[in-house]
Formats: sequence, C-alpha cells, structure tokens
Amino acid sequence: MTDFEDTGSRRIISLLMENAAGALSRVVGLFSQRGYNIETLTVAPTDDVSLSRLTLTTVCDDHTTEQITKQLNKLVDVVKLVDLTEGAHIERELMLIKVRAVGAAREEIKRTADIFRGQIVDVNSSLYTIQLIGTQEKLDAFIEAMKDATILEVVRSGVSGIARGEKLLTI
Amino acid sequence: MLKDKDTSTGDTDAGATLTEMNGDVEMLSGGDMIARVLQEENVEFLFGYPGGAVLHIYDALHRNSSVPHILVRHEQAATHAADGYARATGKTGVVLVTSGPGATNAITGIATAYMDSIPMVVISGQVQSHLIGEDAFQETDMIGISRPIVKHSFLVKRTEDIPRILKTAFYLAASGRPGPVVVDIPKDITAPTMKRPYHYPKEISLRSYTPAAKGHAGQIKKAVEMLLRAKRPIIYAGGGVIQGNASDALTALTHHLNFPITNTLMGLGAIPGSDEQFLGMLGMHGTYEANNAMHESDVILAVGVRFDDRVTNTVSKFCPNAKIIHIDVDPASISKTVMAHLPIVGPALQVLEEMLSQVKDAQSQPGISNQPDANALELWWKQINDWRAAHGIYTKNRFDDTTDKIKPQEVVQLLHELTGGEAFVTSDVGQHQMFAAQYYLFEKPRLWINSGGLGTMGFGLPAAMGVKLGNPDAIVACVTGEGSIQMCIQELSTCTQYDVPFLIVNLNNGYLGMVKQWQDMQYEGRYSESVYQNSLPDFVKLAEAYGHVGIKVTDKASLREQMQTAIETSKTKLVFMDVYVDPDEHVYPMQIAPNGAMNDMLLSKTERT
Repeated sequence: MTDFEDTGSRRIISLLMENAAGALSRVVGLFSQRGYNIETLTVAPTDDVSLSRLTLTTVCDDHTTEQITKQLNKLVDVVKLVDLTEGAHIERELMLIKVRAVGAAREEIKRTADIFRGQIVDVNSSLYTIQLIGTQEKLDAFIEAMKDATILEVVRSGVSGIARGEKLLTI
Repeated sequence: MLKDKDTSTGDTDAGATLTEMNGDVEMLSGGDMIARVLQEENVEFLFGYPGGAVLHIYDALHRNSSVPHILVRHEQAATHAADGYARATGKTGVVLVTSGPGATNAITGIATAYMDSIPMVVISGQVQSHLIGEDAFQETDMIGISRPIVKHSFLVKRTEDIPRILKTAFYLAASGRPGPVVVDIPKDITAPTMKRPYHYPKEISLRSYTPAAKGHAGQIKKAVEMLLRAKRPIIYAGGGVIQGNASDALTALTHHLNFPITNTLMGLGAIPGSDEQFLGMLGMHGTYEANNAMHESDVILAVGVRFDDRVTNTVSKFCPNAKIIHIDVDPASISKTVMAHLPIVGPALQVLEEMLSQVKDAQSQPGISNQPDANALELWWKQINDWRAAHGIYTKNRFDDTTDKIKPQEVVQLLHELTGGEAFVTSDVGQHQMFAAQYYLFEKPRLWINSGGLGTMGFGLPAAMGVKLGNPDAIVACVTGEGSIQMCIQELSTCTQYDVPFLIVNLNNGYLGMVKQWQDMQYEGRYSESVYQNSLPDFVKLAEAYGHVGIKVTDKASLREQMQTAIETSKTKLVFMDVYVDPDEHVYPMQIAPNGAMNDMLLSKTERT
C-alpha cells in the first residue's frame, strides 16, 4: 500500500448502469485510466433487466472519492450512483473456502465454521468446502481463524451493499 | 473552391437511393441509412478515407451525393480537419474511416478532440459481425482502443439501430461538455441487400445523461457577493467559454465589473485581444502581468477552465490568497486539481448572463457593500499596469528586434497587423504555437485553432483545411514549424484536389524549437535528436510540386512585402511561406518548474522574477 492509500478510508460505491455491451469495461477502464484502485467489484442485472447494479470497494481519501464519483457519473452508461459508506448501510460478501479436513483438525474446522455461522456445502473424506456470508471484515477474520488449517482454495464474490431504511438506489 | 465543384456533384439522382417501401415504412440498407442521417444532420463535409469495411457506405455516399466528402491522405488528417472545422464553425465535425489501420490512424485526432472537448462523430468500419474476435484482416477493437479518449462509443449490432445510434452520437457529441463519439459499424450491417425500416428519431433523451441546463441561482448569488467584495479580482476564462458561445456574455460581465481578465491557451479570443482589460494568456508561457495578477488575486472567477498543470504550475503554491469561483458544465472539472470554494455547474453562457443580471440587481439595491470597491480596484489596476510596464510583452518588445535575423515573434506580430487580428490562425505544437498564442491577439472567439490539451504536432495543416472549408471567405493562416508541418504534410495534396486556399507560415528554425529550448535550459545545450542536419526539403519546391505557391523568406527587410503578397495570394491559392527565423530564440516568459508558483518566471535568457 502506498502512503496515499494509508491516509484514505474504505468506500463502497454502488451504481446502476445500462445493461449494455461495453458498459462494464468503461467503468473498469476509468479506474485504471485515472490511477484509482479497485479492491473488489461485483456486477449483475437487477430486477429490471435493462439495468445492472455494480458495487465496488476502493480505498481513497475524500478528494479522490469525489473525483471517482464524478467521473463515474460522467460515463454515459452510468444512470445513478451512491457512496454507501456515506450513510448507514448493509454490506455482504459471499466466500467459498476449501480446506484440508483430516484427523483432529476436521472437528475443529467444523466448530470454527459454526461459530462464524458458515455452512459446509461440500464434503469428502479429506476436505470441507465452507460457505460464509458476511462483511468483508468477517470473511477476513474467518480466514485468519483458519490459519492453522490447510486452505486449498478461496473464492470471494466481492462486496455487495444496500443502504439501510428508506434510502433507495433506483431510477 | 470546393463550393464551385459542389454543384457538379450535388445533383441527387432520385432513383439512386436503393429504397423500398414496406407499407408506410421506408426500407433502407445500412449504407443508405448513414447517407440519409448525414443529410438529416445537415453535415456540410464528411472527412474520410475508404477501405474494405466501409465500401458499402462509400457506395451509398456515391449514390446519395448530397454530402461532400473530403478524401484526405491519412486518417489522422481526417480527424484534425473535422476538428478544425468544428472549432471554427461550432458545428460537429464528421469523420468516416475504415476498420483496422483506418481506425487506429484516426486515434490521435480523436484524442486531440477529446482533450479539447470538440464535438465530433467518427464512423469507423468494422469487420463483419461473425468475424469479430477472430483476428480477421484489418480487424481492431476500435471500441476498446478508443475507450479512454471518447465521450462515448457504440458498436452497431443491427441495421435498424443505425439511425437511432447516429442521432444519439450527434446529440452526445455536441451537448453538455462536447467531445468525440465513435460509432463502429461492422460491414455486414451496411450491406445493400440487408434492408430494414428507417426511423429517424426527432429527439433523443437518455435516462443516464442529463447535462446541466442552468447554474444554481443560489450559488450564482453567492458568487456575486464574492465578486462585489473582491479587492484584487481576476477573471480566468478558457475553452469552455469559446465552446459554450459565451464570449459576449463574458465580455459584458468583464466590462461591467471592470475586472482584469486572462485567457488560457484554449480561451484566447474569449475577450477581444485588443481589450484594455485583457492581460494576455496565463500559465507556463503566460504574460508577466497575467501570472502575477493570478498569484496576487483575492478572488478568481474561473470560467470554462480546468486548472491544467500548464496553468497552475505547482498546485500547492497556486494563488495562495484567492477564493475560487469555478463555473463549468462538467462537474468533474470542478475541484479536480485545485479546490473551488464556490462551484457552479452549468453552461457558461447561461451562468454568465445570470451573473451579470444579478450583479446589476445587487447594485441597484442601496448599501455600499453592493458596489465594487472602487478604491481597491483602482489600486489593483495601478499594480497591474506597473507589471505591464515592467515586463509586459505588449508594452514593448522584450526580444531583440534590432538584429538582422528574423525573429519568430515579429513574423506573428506582422501577421496580426496585416490581418487586423481577425484571421483564423491554426497552429501545430511547439515554440511557434506559443509565439502565435502570445503575439496574435485574437479579436474574436473561434479564430484560434490549436491542439491545447493533447499537444498534437501535425494538427495545423489539416485543421486549416477544415477551417477554410467551413469559412470559405475568411483569411486562414496555419502558423507552424518545419517539424510539425512534416507530420501531416501529405495533406497539401488534399488541398490541391479540393482547391482549398490558405496561408501556411512556416517558422523555420531548423530545429525542433521547443525541444531545443528545453535542451538549452536544462541539458546544457545537448541537442539530442532535435536537429535536422540539412535534411529539410526545399519547402518552396515541395509546395510547387503539389501545385501550390511557395515563398521563401530569408531577408528581414522584405518580410513585410512578402507577407502582404502571401496573404493576398492566399485568398485564391494555397501559399506556403517558408520563413527562416532565428534558431536561438526562446519563448518567454516561462514559468519555473518544478516547485515554482504562478509568478515564478524566467523573463529572458538572463532575467528571472
């Protein structure tokens, strides 16, 4: 991490964009073109199939956040945008983690997964695949808790988020 | 002139469009749709170059000959010519190129237009839909390559979408903050056998795109209060005023307030160059008085500018005591590099008119705080006039005008004198560009046509072609250098084909002058690859080879007479005036970088602030 990133804070930017060819590459391209950093990114169509909802997290200072939101808004494909971290919000990420589960560790891993309210979604005689849903922080904590086990594979969806209460991101 | 040739090709054979009717709906091929849209948009000139992927379109253009096509010699020139046309006329420039190399050659011109916010629609051919992604012959991902340098782009997937997409492209290119829009069309979509219903929408509205129509009245009110309280105000106006057709409104406000005004490189002509309140250009090669006035100001009214690094010098030292009001139609331009204390998002014209009206309203109210501080302004003007007298380039020549060598500054001064500051002047990039910007005081907006943001050598000649086509009765001069002119010199041939007359003033110093200047200043005169070593062509013979007029100028005593002749001749013929200027001249003032403030300047080879 650079000094610049250390002074910044984590933002969750969520936006609605036209579900059109090239729209995603314009958003992603903007970040590389202007030297902004993307930590996570997730995108899928909404209930209105003409719109995609894209959520990304980035670490930056206030000035850069303002620039990012302005530049994103300027993209013709972007319909609406919100910085969820400006208000109360819910964030969730899904993780699938495959770990070696043999001998005494097998029971310990199951217990830890239970504590984190993870579910074992695939199992065989030597491994577990655990599904875990939560904030980015919680998923990080689980990986930390698994450090004595042998982690074989980790896949994370990236952060999705929604504002609390009446606040909506719709057109 | 092209106009004359028009008439011979302007007749449209009624049966030429391959039209079929399906009930009330007109059925057209993609190629014919494009030709029709260009007509509906009143496109005056299409700048382009044919090739495999656009042959259907070119055939349609041949059959629907109402839009004159200018066949350039290189696609880069097509974009520059369309760009010059757009800058000079305010209309959207239109370009047609083929896929692959045609598209990639256009990239430099698209980037040039993007950096300077010029309205342009570029139609590029693409390989057939089923071949996309297969590395087909002359395939390139135009949408991908152009993405960072376009306002928006479209890949057309269905013939029936062509009218709507092109209409949207024209709307996007010209509205809000203008810019280039690319429409990439696979060859099969334009095939003559594929006929689809033609519906041309009258208007376009996009849920995701709503440019600001007017500035926030409350913000403007706050700005007026700041302006009326200012003791050392300055107006800093840029290309947004030119593009936004707001020069008259800006001039009216400037006169009403009696504030000093400076223009960016892109904003020259926003206020008449002869105006007493005009301090000249600011920035890296800005005037002493403009840069000082900026640095010492307490309120800056910034209009249609973007606080470019060539203006601000070191941002942390930029105008330490100034409160900044920033008007721009693009919110992303505001507080991008320098924080604005009072942002106003809106078109320059509307905001400036509203601002003047609010100023007048405020002044009609009783109370001393509703009037500008006359005493403070008088002191401020005295200070500015002292700066002008001390080192201003308009109070007296700061270069040595007593030698026998022709000084590049003198050439521009003479061009200005003989054309009254009312010619269109295009330029390339380098010393000649800065001399033109400094010494050709533009009396009107849209006269100064240069690549400010991207700094594209090779821009001047094709741009002049576009300017002249759009303004057939105007005097057009391309002030260039022997380096830049050779980057698009092939367009001399296009000028022959379409009989486009204008004046080229080649400030020939035998070096890449600006590179040499920096090498003189920072690299102890080591001229690494900035010298031509007697390899320059005889430009007079070269011009003549294309059927133009060449004039060589080496004698200072005959400069005036030769320039007069050249200007007169350029009304009917393209004149290439090759002027041998002092190779050792530098552009001053020059801001000191790195770590300098606005007012840290070199004033000559021996003086600094």
